[in-house]
Amino acid sequence: MTAQAPNLRSVRARRSFLESARRTLATAPWSAWFGMIVIVIYVIAAVFAPWLAPYGESDVVGKAYQPSGPEFWLGTDQIGRDLLSRLIYGARNTIGIAFLTTMLSFAIGGTLGVLTAHRRGWLDQLVSRVVDAFLAIPVLIFALMLLAVAGKSIINLILILALLDSTRVFRLARATALNVVVMDYVEAAKLRGEGMGWIIFKEVLPNILPPLITEFGLRFCFVFLTIAALSFLGVGIQPPTADWGSMVAESKTLITFPVRTFPWIPAPFYPAIAIALLTVAINFVVDWFLHKTSGLRDEK
Amino acid sequence: MHPVLKTVLQRLGLGLLTLFVVSVLIFASLEMLPGGFAEAILGQGATPETVAAFNKQIGLDRPAAVRYVEWIWNILHGDFGYSYAGMGGSIKRSVSDLIAPRLYNTFFLAIMTAIVAVPLSLFLGIMAALYRNSWYDRTVNAVTLTTIATPEFFIAYLLMFFLAIKAKWFPTLSTVSESTTLLEHLWRAGLPAITLTLVIVAHMMRMTRAALINLLASPYMEMAQLKGVPRREAIVKHALPNAWAPIATVIAFNLAYLVVGVVVVEVVFVYPGIGQLMVDAVSSRDMPVVQACALIFAATYILLNLSADVVSIITNPRLLHPK
Amino acid sequence: MKSDTQRVKGEALLEIRGLKIEGNSDGVWHPIVKGVDLTLKRGEVLGLIGESGAGKSTIGLAAMGFARPGCRIVDGTIMFDGIDLRAASEAEKRHLWGARIAYVAQSAAAAFNPAHRLIDQTVETAVRDGIRTRDQAVADSVDLYRRLQLPNPEHIGDRFPHQVSGGQLQRAMTAMAMSCRPDLIIFDEPTTALDVTTQVEVLAAMRNIVEQFHTAAIYITHDLAVVAQMADRIMVLRHGLEVEEAPTREMLKEPKQDYTKTLWAVRSLVKEESISDDVTLSVRNVDASYSGVVKVLDNVTVCLPRGRTVAVVGESGSGKSTLARAITGLLPPSKGEIQFNGKVLPKALKDRDKDTLRRIQMIYQSADTSLNPRQTIRDIIGRPLEFYHGVKGAARDRRVAELLDAIELDESYIDRLPTELSGGQKQRISIARALAAQPDIIICDEVTSALDQIVQEEILTLLMKLQKETNVSYLFITHDIATVRAISDEIVVMHQGKVVQQGPKTQVLNPPHPPYTELLLSSVPQMDPDWLTNLLADRARAKVKA
Repeated sequence: MTAQAPNLRSVRARRSFLESARRTLATAPWSAWFGMIVIVIYVIAAVFAPWLAPYGESDVVGKAYQPSGPEFWLGTDQIGRDLLSRLIYGARNTIGIAFLTTMLSFAIGGTLGVLTAHRRGWLDQLVSRVVDAFLAIPVLIFALMLLAVAGKSIINLILILALLDSTRVFRLARATALNVVVMDYVEAAKLRGEGMGWIIFKEVLPNILPPLITEFGLRFCFVFLTIAALSFLGVGIQPPTADWGSMVAESKTLITFPVRTFPWIPAPFYPAIAIALLTVAINFVVDWFLHKTSGLRDEK
Repeated sequence: MHPVLKTVLQRLGLGLLTLFVVSVLIFASLEMLPGGFAEAILGQGATPETVAAFNKQIGLDRPAAVRYVEWIWNILHGDFGYSYAGMGGSIKRSVSDLIAPRLYNTFFLAIMTAIVAVPLSLFLGIMAALYRNSWYDRTVNAVTLTTIATPEFFIAYLLMFFLAIKAKWFPTLSTVSESTTLLEHLWRAGLPAITLTLVIVAHMMRMTRAALINLLASPYMEMAQLKGVPRREAIVKHALPNAWAPIATVIAFNLAYLVVGVVVVEVVFVYPGIGQLMVDAVSSRDMPVVQACALIFAATYILLNLSADVVSIITNPRLLHPK
Repeated sequence: MKSDTQRVKGEALLEIRGLKIEGNSDGVWHPIVKGVDLTLKRGEVLGLIGESGAGKSTIGLAAMGFARPGCRIVDGTIMFDGIDLRAASEAEKRHLWGARIAYVAQSAAAAFNPAHRLIDQTVETAVRDGIRTRDQAVADSVDLYRRLQLPNPEHIGDRFPHQVSGGQLQRAMTAMAMSCRPDLIIFDEPTTALDVTTQVEVLAAMRNIVEQFHTAAIYITHDLAVVAQMADRIMVLRHGLEVEEAPTREMLKEPKQDYTKTLWAVRSLVKEESISDDVTLSVRNVDASYSGVVKVLDNVTVCLPRGRTVAVVGESGSGKSTLARAITGLLPPSKGEIQFNGKVLPKALKDRDKDTLRRIQMIYQSADTSLNPRQTIRDIIGRPLEFYHGVKGAARDRRVAELLDAIELDESYIDRLPTELSGGQKQRISIARALAAQPDIIICDEVTSALDQIVQEEILTLLMKLQKETNVSYLFITHDIATVRAISDEIVVMHQGKVVQQGPKTQVLNPPHPPYTELLLSSVPQMDPDWLTNLLADRARAKVKA
């Protein structure tokens, strides 16, 4: 029991974490493995886009609608930009923006949710009523309206979606935290005389983290799909930024003229497949995670 | 007063209040506009005089509260004001006239979808719950998960590609007009309806399955089994009377989802509904139209949730038979 | 229906041989029942007793040929009246269930369908199986309700489950089980969720009706005193195996296995009473209410002497836990005052200083919810040291080790998480956390209720040892009279928010009693097979006299 002790503990904790992670991974079903591999590939593509992409993000490098070939693996778009390069940059833009938005939404919604669950009282009442009103309007509709008011820009898009999505995060964070703040150990901390900071960060937060992490995956998917839908509708991410949603819209006429000779997939499908693959992958991983953490939930 | 009536009235009151707050939010969003509309509509080069004249013309120079009361009063009388799009020109186009035919088309599509999707997903969901963990359940789980995670426009284009372009069963574009016959309308709205059905069935059947499994795990269902009640009878007699509330919630949630889903699908198939109108209005910042559309979508959403709650209340034995 | 001649005790009705059952958790099958033999004769009542994890409920259900989802019967034979229940088809079993074998569940409130009237659920099996017409079945149910002493037997069946009390529901469920006059009824902890005073009525009604119809029964419980009233024979189970089996009287008089004796360990614990006038905490004429409408505490006055234990005893809804909330400041009293070490205590928690908070500590019923599952033992016990006494680093770790030693746990536990400990160990950690503050008072709220008997006894012994060492006062809130006997110097009896009686232990536990104390004390089941019979006779006599 000397100064050595804390060190020993952290080693033990780290080892058991790695160990349990390894054991957990070993039991992962094929769907979860598929999901994890896809996510890793996407992250690599997003991070290393400038090195991976053969051409620049919005450089016009060929003629319009060139079919796929050795020069342009997936062909070119309506003004002669390389589709593969735009797909890779699209990963960076679309995923990056969706990730930022989700982070912001969790920062707002998560903080407010935990705070109101702990404090209750008028603040809780006020925030909950406002959130209820926000929840009464579908996100896509509200986002469309606010974008019409504020104008189409990436900053506006992030702020608006984060604000709207934070209401959903708030609800979950508050509900989860409410289950924890009624626990005797939180009451014990209050009786001890602990301040709000200790109670929130040491007693409540560590216990609501697992469900919040799962929710982060699902909210990210939702934000990502909403951004894609808005961009597809022409009010999200604006050209010439490469983005999967608007790329579908830009090349939609190609669906009726399948000029591609290889790989026989109409051009609008590349970005659409890219979107679907990622959300399916995340959902598979989240589904597995939920199944693991809830045990035999179906049976009870 | 009977507790059921009391609770229903409370819930209706709350619904009205939500509707009011939502209308204020929608109205207020116009006020928050940076720079003002006139500039947005008339362009950067507009002189202060033209801006003032424009503001006066559309009534933006009066206090917000007065305009809100006027706005909501007019809406209650079916008057949504005039579209900005016609402001500069000689013909003023009333928002109501713009919306009415499109609202009909959207409801046509939504109802057409719901008629197929609701019974189908309830059936599939019940089957999945009864035969859970079977190969049927697992397959359905993977398929629906994939469908939910896929963007609507992707499903829409896939269907368009295979069913319209390759197989030529449906038209690629779902243009309809007032002169379109009912049969023709059904055919033309076929692809959007199938797209929406696919998305909604995935959601709804998963929720039905979860709600039903929850119900089947109740101790009173085990008791029924141990009383020798056959499974089918136990489900009809013991589970169903307690299932109305979750079923109503599932249906309302998904019909509400349908309301949002139509926006993207209408754009893909160029179906002249209110969703497409709203997207166009957002692009051109035609605020009266945007507000009207948002209000209609939100009101539908709120009303659907409200009716689900009312069903839950009036089927709750604790409220029906108070102590 | 069979003629009465067939219902003679002596002939074997149920024979279970070599029963093995497995349960699934996280995809792995592990044994729950590891080879149990059981024989039940017609008209005989067998008590199955054991602590948590003994597999008693699983065996009870297996006697019907049923295994819950996530469980499976892997080996053995289950013969019911010549029918092999393991080989029987679902349809065959369905035919038996309800009609010849019936089940009474622990929570009647959950096991009744909320959407149907009691009468419809009572007659369901009899009508469906064509044993009686609906009119006959309804008339018979009214008769059963009457035999079970339900109030207003003609009309109580028209009510919905949420409209009647828990004790009445449990009796209605017994009527439902009895409606086809089954050969065998499985009672699965039917009175565990009830208060003691309600439990007496339900036990009497159930025993009475089983005797009247000469029905064989398996009675499952963790309370030996309860099963002693009901059963002809008792089987003790532990970890899925039989410990011993004997006729009830024999078992109570001289159990062969040491384990059986531990089932009433707490009852053998009796503390010497010691009275003191040195009051550390006094609650004076306190009123308290949630939301200001219903008074949960009504003019409550309680004194706690230094270094002594005051037990606050009462049933659910008596206000005993609210008293703890009022003292700790979580629920500020609306009237009256609380004095602590001669000074008036600020009513609300937020107005109290750190030193006052340190001096009043609390231990909760469930260590599962009172220890943060994400903190190690070092952090849990170390925090009050750091917070109140400013002890940090190595000094803190040394002190934590000392405290672990005081609660008789090895210091290697310091890096464990609460989930890695047993229920008793967790409760010890809660005690160490309270001790770390060096308090004057520890409020113990049902601290032993969730534990098995032998563990309860260990915890109570530990608490007494610590009191001797540190001269701490305990305010011990409990519903269990055996615990009160074991630990208290003084007793406070509470009922519906009021103090019925406060006094030294011997005075409160011995007559004359106020009426409520009398009712409460007499309702506690004793380790005497004749207790219930005698009690009912006494009460009947008292009624006649009145």
